[in-house]
Amino acid sequence: MLRAFYYLLIRDLRLALRNRHELANPLIFFILVVSLFPLAVTPTPEVLQAMAPGVIWVSALLAVLLSLDRLFKQDYDDGSLDQLMLSPNPLMILVFAKVTAHWLLTGLPLVIIAPLLGLFMAMPTDAVSVLIYSLLLGTPILSLIGAIGVSLTVAVNRGGVLLSLIVLPLYIPILIFGANAVDVAMDGLSVKGQLFFLAAVLALAISLAPLATSVALRITASR
Amino acid sequence: MLDIQSLECVRDDRLLFSDLSFSLAEAEVLQIEGPNGSGKTSLLRIICGLRQADAGKVMWCGESIRANREDYYANMVYIGHLPCIKGELTVLENVRALLDTRSLAVNDSVIEAALAKVGLASYEDVPGKALSSGQRRRILLAFIELAQAKLWVLDEPLTALDIQGVALMESMILEHRQAGGSVIFTTHHGMQLDCDMRSVKLGVRAS
Repeated sequence: MLRAFYYLLIRDLRLALRNRHELANPLIFFILVVSLFPLAVTPTPEVLQAMAPGVIWVSALLAVLLSLDRLFKQDYDDGSLDQLMLSPNPLMILVFAKVTAHWLLTGLPLVIIAPLLGLFMAMPTDAVSVLIYSLLLGTPILSLIGAIGVSLTVAVNRGGVLLSLIVLPLYIPILIFGANAVDVAMDGLSVKGQLFFLAAVLALAISLAPLATSVALRITASR
Repeated sequence: MLDIQSLECVRDDRLLFSDLSFSLAEAEVLQIEGPNGSGKTSLLRIICGLRQADAGKVMWCGESIRANREDYYANMVYIGHLPCIKGELTVLENVRALLDTRSLAVNDSVIEAALAKVGLASYEDVPGKALSSGQRRRILLAFIELAQAKLWVLDEPLTALDIQGVALMESMILEHRQAGGSVIFTTHHGMQLDCDMRSVKLGVRAS
């Protein structure tokens, strides 16, 4: 079972590394969107600082949303998804491997580049570390919840809009708590509550989302 | 071994088949026949458990395949219309990736031998995207050869194969049967099998 998890994870990472331009898309989107704000609104540090948590979190959320399609689309199109469903291993484990690979390839790069964008938006250093923590807890949740949405829409042609409609309402609490944590940190208050909330949702998502995704995939395949 | 009990399949409000029952014993070869759109692929997907039947059930060794998924999938391999081949992976990696989903640890040399058997010797390190569609299908032949499954479910296995490929598929089915394995397949190309073969006809109702 762990073997199947490990090898599917390695396969997905390998596939992505051999297809690098696709890998860079969400990251470039993230950087571009955030860096346009100082140009479009104002370069005044005070104003930027006030906007920074929201802007960075919204951009990260949209970057993940745009990359979700990649999660199952290729496997669905070439039939590999059928083979995954016919595996003697629990589909949940395989789904978890795919989501983990997706996070390592999209969420993690966003977390790594975020401090730079934080400084770009004139954020104080303390808040930048909270930004990293909040994204580190938040982006895996986005991948996990996103997987449920993708598994329902992968069979639909141009299901992008439908996917956003399904997934965005579920993303909003994460966005509120993630951005709020950074906001509160800039006011010098304790952010434990927000981070604990994100950690709790992450634990919940890890335990339930792969199960929901595998059930949804079986429903998708059965049509 | 495999028991199909009064299956019914409806697609887009059209009844494809109903009350379809048959069984498959060890070392048996069964062809599903029928015109286009008669529900052959749907039937095979139901047999695999990928698709849900509108009525009836599929039993494996006396148990429903839903209840007994792990054991059934360890003993069944399916290839469908889609090639399951990743363009970015080499031929060897593609076979390995397919075997990994079945948790089979197979040596490189064993995979290479299977690839040589299906006519892909010296193609091990060629990326999948450089292959023709016939060669992609041959990768799948190497996969089912190595899948250690008692039951092969093959949906149009001859698609895109050349004459040697067809002969290869035929000999593989015969070998598999000799070893006590069973095969269910569909095809529109003539498959000459030198053994007892049963067939199930679909779409009789429509005509």
